[in-house]
Amino acid sequence: MNKNISEKTGFSILRLCMAIVVIFLLVILFDIISKGIGKVNWEFLTQPPRRGMTEGGIFPAIVGTFLVTLITALLAVPMGMGCAIYLNEYAKDNKTTRLIRMSIRNLSGVPSIVYGLFGVVLFVQLMHLGTCILAAGLTLGLMTLPWTITASEEALKNVPQSYRDGALALGATKWKAIRTNVLPYAVPGMLTGTILGLARAAGETAPILFTGAAFFLPFLPRSVFDQFMALPYHLYIMATQHHAISQVRPIAYATALVLITLIFSMNLAAIVLRYHLRKLKKE
Amino acid sequence: MRELKERMIHCLLFFNGLLVVVVLIGIFALLFFTSIPAFKEISLKEFFTSTNWNPTSYVKSSYGIVSMLVSTFMVTIGALIIAVPLGIGTAAYLSDVANARVREIAKPIIEILAGIPSVVIGFLGIVLVGPIIAKVFGIPNGLNALNGAVLLAIMALPTIISISEDALGSVPKSFTEASLALGASHWQTVTKVKIPAAMSGIFAACMLGMGRAVGETMTVLMATGCAPAMPRGFLDSVRTMTSTIAIELGEVPYYTTHYYALFGVGLVLFIITFAVNMVSDIVLHKYQVKVR
Repeated sequence: MNKNISEKTGFSILRLCMAIVVIFLLVILFDIISKGIGKVNWEFLTQPPRRGMTEGGIFPAIVGTFLVTLITALLAVPMGMGCAIYLNEYAKDNKTTRLIRMSIRNLSGVPSIVYGLFGVVLFVQLMHLGTCILAAGLTLGLMTLPWTITASEEALKNVPQSYRDGALALGATKWKAIRTNVLPYAVPGMLTGTILGLARAAGETAPILFTGAAFFLPFLPRSVFDQFMALPYHLYIMATQHHAISQVRPIAYATALVLITLIFSMNLAAIVLRYHLRKLKKE
Repeated sequence: MRELKERMIHCLLFFNGLLVVVVLIGIFALLFFTSIPAFKEISLKEFFTSTNWNPTSYVKSSYGIVSMLVSTFMVTIGALIIAVPLGIGTAAYLSDVANARVREIAKPIIEILAGIPSVVIGFLGIVLVGPIIAKVFGIPNGLNALNGAVLLAIMALPTIISISEDALGSVPKSFTEASLALGASHWQTVTKVKIPAAMSGIFAACMLGMGRAVGETMTVLMATGCAPAMPRGFLDSVRTMTSTIAIELGEVPYYTTHYYALFGVGLVLFIITFAVNMVSDIVLHKYQVKVR
């Protein structure tokens, strides 16, 4: 009997833990959606900020985030895939491989602000890029790299060994076997994981603080060597640095809503993409 | 010809793989060499033992990181006190109590929580958690260490939950069966057999969550008030290492002692997170070997 009571209370406590986590999420989402939705409309999404950012929209920030994420993808996707292919298909279990794996795990734990410092020295100063989209995108790209590698390797691991053996037995070279018999089956998984990593990069603020994000720009960037406005940085400005903070609070809420909507739709796109590519493959 | 092409591809991919190591060493090297000039003017003793960080003073600038270290330590420990029991409880619920359907729903919930950007969490610290803290404790301003700790706990939770759940899930079935066969209740099996068996994995999960909390920037920058002084308690405003870098690097001219000193702070931060990650890595690795 006693055992029963302790079991019931114990499980109730565990249930409570789960409930608290769910409540955290619901409160976060409810607060942002309920207070942000009123401000989000077509004008907000397509107009630049006006009157010292107390009116108007966030169009330049949306464009900036899109552009910087594109640069991030250009760096992190091919390199992440290459590294994953090496680790899963070529690497033997030796010291070098273990060193590479250890580096990947450690890189994913490096604080984002440290990537920011690294970006300032390497891209802004040593490579003379200045603060611009390219410098910020490359910084974010390096930060995203460990995530895309891990995701891509996971996808490669899911391809059965027999696919490789079959091609090799027919006389294909190693690379040919990978290209024709492994990659086509791994790419959907690779893309899914990569998009999830890019979604995280799109929401990051600390690495772009000093590498290219601008407080306010009246025009859109014309090249990758221009500074840019970005959604997460814009939210930071609106929440803490603006001269009329209480007046722009609705704009801050709406910016937060647009930002999490963007990130969740990227996540959703990744899941839908995976689903469709899987179906395609079966046919 | 074919052989040559194969060789080249192999080489290319190998260097691609090696690049990760180069980046990690590069980060360390750049931080290290950029912070060296700072210590021509600042003594190491002052840097690590003074509680006074005031680089822009008109009289005599001082560069002591102790109050930042204490601040970072405070919000991190605070976050762990909240997140560790909650995270392990949730992980135990998901792996041992919940049925398959609940698990299917819970997984995306935790993923969504992990996907919320830190700047959004920080914003909620200002508009939601701050006012609540101010009201509960009767203080004029809710931007303090407690606020940061609560938010960092929320950010560390997904990491702690998912890795702890993996650890609990990989406890061999025979352990559970043996315990149940000996007459232990389900609850006793979870608390006395499964959680101890998965302890190293759970520990690693908490260390990873801790690493995340130590290095988190935007959340603490926005929600802790950032007063550059030695904190006396959780209701004091604190300024962590990450927020000091974030606040000051934007304003400081390049190639000044202040600028180099900020890289020194970054180096200390890098070393702390590196050590935390290494410990969790080693523990996790050992544990994997043990179970197999």
